[in-house]
Amino acid sequence: MSVISDEQDSGFRLSQLIYDTRYRSLTIQVVAFMLLTLFFSWLAWNTIQNLEALGKDFNFGFLQNRAGYDINQRLIEYSSDSTHGRAAMVGILNTLLVAFLGCILATILGVFAGVLRLSNNWIVARLMTVYVEGFRNVPLLLWILVIFAVMSEGMPQPREFRGENPTASMMLGDSVAVTNRGIYVPRLGFTNSLSGKEAVAPQEGAAPVASGAIDWLLILGVLAASILAIRALRGWAGRRQEATGDRPVIWYYELGLLIVPTAAVLLFLGATLVNPYLRGFNFTEGTYLRNSLIALWLALSLYTGAFIAENVRGGILAISKGQTEAAYALGLRPGRTMSLVVLPQAMRVIIPPLISQYLNLTKNSSLAIAVGYMDARSTLGGITINQTGRELEGMLLLGAFYLVISLLISGGMNVYNQSVKLKER
Amino acid sequence: MSDTHAQTVAYVRDTMLPEAPPPAAERGLVKWVRENLASSWLNIVLTLLSLALVWYVLSHVLPWFWYTVWNAGSLTECREIRDAAFGEGTPSACFAVIKDRWPQLLFGFYPPEFYWRPVLALVLFFVAIAPVLFANLPRKLLWFTAASPFVLVWLFWGGTIWGPLAVAAGFGIGYAAYLGILPIAGGLGAVIGAIVVPVLYWLLLAGPIAGALAGVAPIGLTFVPSDDFGGFMLSFIIGISGIILSLPLGILLALGRQSNLFILNKTSTIFIEVIRGVPLIVWLFTASLLLNYFLPPGTNFDLMLRVIIMVTLFSSAYIAEVVRGGLAALPRGQYEAADSLGLDYWKAQRLIIMPQALKISIPGIVNTFIGLFKDTVLVVFIGLLDPIGLSNAIRATTDWNGIYWELFVFIGLLFFICCFSMSQYSQYLERKLATGHR
Repeated sequence: MSVISDEQDSGFRLSQLIYDTRYRSLTIQVVAFMLLTLFFSWLAWNTIQNLEALGKDFNFGFLQNRAGYDINQRLIEYSSDSTHGRAAMVGILNTLLVAFLGCILATILGVFAGVLRLSNNWIVARLMTVYVEGFRNVPLLLWILVIFAVMSEGMPQPREFRGENPTASMMLGDSVAVTNRGIYVPRLGFTNSLSGKEAVAPQEGAAPVASGAIDWLLILGVLAASILAIRALRGWAGRRQEATGDRPVIWYYELGLLIVPTAAVLLFLGATLVNPYLRGFNFTEGTYLRNSLIALWLALSLYTGAFIAENVRGGILAISKGQTEAAYALGLRPGRTMSLVVLPQAMRVIIPPLISQYLNLTKNSSLAIAVGYMDARSTLGGITINQTGRELEGMLLLGAFYLVISLLISGGMNVYNQSVKLKER
Repeated sequence: MSDTHAQTVAYVRDTMLPEAPPPAAERGLVKWVRENLASSWLNIVLTLLSLALVWYVLSHVLPWFWYTVWNAGSLTECREIRDAAFGEGTPSACFAVIKDRWPQLLFGFYPPEFYWRPVLALVLFFVAIAPVLFANLPRKLLWFTAASPFVLVWLFWGGTIWGPLAVAAGFGIGYAAYLGILPIAGGLGAVIGAIVVPVLYWLLLAGPIAGALAGVAPIGLTFVPSDDFGGFMLSFIIGISGIILSLPLGILLALGRQSNLFILNKTSTIFIEVIRGVPLIVWLFTASLLLNYFLPPGTNFDLMLRVIIMVTLFSSAYIAEVVRGGLAALPRGQYEAADSLGLDYWKAQRLIIMPQALKISIPGIVNTFIGLFKDTVLVVFIGLLDPIGLSNAIRATTDWNGIYWELFVFIGLLFFICCFSMSQYSQYLERKLATGHR
């Protein structure tokens, strides 16, 4: 038995704050907290001084004022008489639009490139390597400018579509026009629109059409219902297989469920494609995809796709060969092995970096400034700041917008990670 | 029994057959093609599609590269030469613009008579970085590495030599303070002294001392203001300073985020998340528009310095996350082993934790560096003349109005070479440090 004979020191000495591990961490934290507080109060004090010197105040009232500038691409109603707040909203929606489109295309490109880079076809694997290395090692801004230059310098002008022997012609049966101002694609119009708007003939001799939000909501609703029905059908097939060991063949029911209701609604609304056509100096009707949107969208997708390809490749390589061999030993064919054994495990490795690539894409969409796409940075963080002189408030709002988006996405990612984490002992 | 065998088998070969070559379909080019290009119908289709793509791209791009004009003063002249030499309307690259303007693309508006300074600085930089990158070089070169930041800054900006020397002396003073205070106030006091004394020296004494020395012995180079910097030189300066400064900062932030001291932990976490959550462009605009609000009234410092600070902070947050991943990947036993050896926090980090954690995070760190280097082109939006900014400026002149691809190819190629060699180096480092635990 050893007796602990530590001399109990009754008094508390000041040096214990530093040399006694019980107190040291507290000391460090208090000192750090004081330094931080000092630093931030110094910043705040400077800011107040500077604002006073400039005769400015700090408030967000300018968001209610008339903006007075036009935005060429808008997803919601906006005119130069709208408020700065509305302009910021238009910009935010434009950012979200290009980010959403970019994420979809980048995922498709990335998955294909990643899988093909592992292909045993020599030339395909080399081509994909060239794609991935080429995009990963050159700044995104350069790619945006290159694609924008291809669009605006390499494509024909609208007037080249005119005349007896036009040097340029529309594609896909006169429905798509690729010009140096952007791409015109057909839009959907409804002869029996539910929106109550007056139907207008887009072109002489064409049926009058209109379209409104309610039509689109109806179509989307029916589509969503079909997808839910398909999921239910799959669930039933799964239960059936569990019970009897026999999986019913359902793919043609699925296809029917997907197509028939939507087609019926489209027929009911009298949906017709409205093609763009040349009028005056430019194309009219159809949906106009601006150069800036297309260049930004393609460049972001190609660039991010190269990174996603590497994640996908890494994810597939991370699954040990034993898994594939075990699947083969069970008699699964290569396709089923990929979809039932390798991919579900690879997903756990692929998804987290994939989501952070989505995040990067969203943040990189602020490069819109290079091609004049009116995103949140150009409206809220650009023209609005220039017009009102409210740099501090504008940049603060802009930063907060991006921060909220990225916190939302990374929060979602954490939830996902928790749900697919390997359940260990 | 062997007799029966001899009767039933009429003939037994007792010599080896000579080795025959494999069948024609199983060797050489044919085998390679069968295995790599045409192993299945799907593969044949893919091969044909790829060949069509390669043909399409090359047939458009190669003629353009083949018919090249190198000597011309303007785009119109270029087109005249092309029409005369190759026939009208031939796709032809006019690399004359690169020949005409390469000094600008590389150096911006740096005075031409001083081009030797950035070139010398680049050479010295490679000498300084070599012993860090390759461990088999003599260790004494590291002394030069330590001195190189001051030499390089002096070469780029010029001015009196006493400025960088006075700043460098601060580190010597710090060391002296450490040695001086150590016997009096113990380790902690010495560390605090080694930080406080040089900071006070830099804030109060360094400027006047350098000024006085410059008055006595005016040794120096012609001063070049940051506004004249541009082109790849600018990208290199911003990129390399960002890389060098952000690594230590990132490691500290990662340690802060792993620490169990509540305030340090939360501060690091908030800093990292806020920086990472907002695009670099917004930070750069903040640096150019807002920084003056946060500093004492009347302060106004170099835009380039502000950009370097912002880029450093930005990439240090990313590096912190990469290093945190490395720290998290270490088995818990390593921390416990370090504790049981009786090492204190910093010794454990330096000797046990960091060498392993950094090794794991090499690919991520280098990726961050590559990203940082590529992101240096974003400074064009706040008015600095990086290569892309200069290409816009060149296109705006009457001589070269309307020239796109040649400039893009040149800029893209230079960036590709830099970034690709960085990623190759990281793979070399991974191979070298692989200790084969698998």
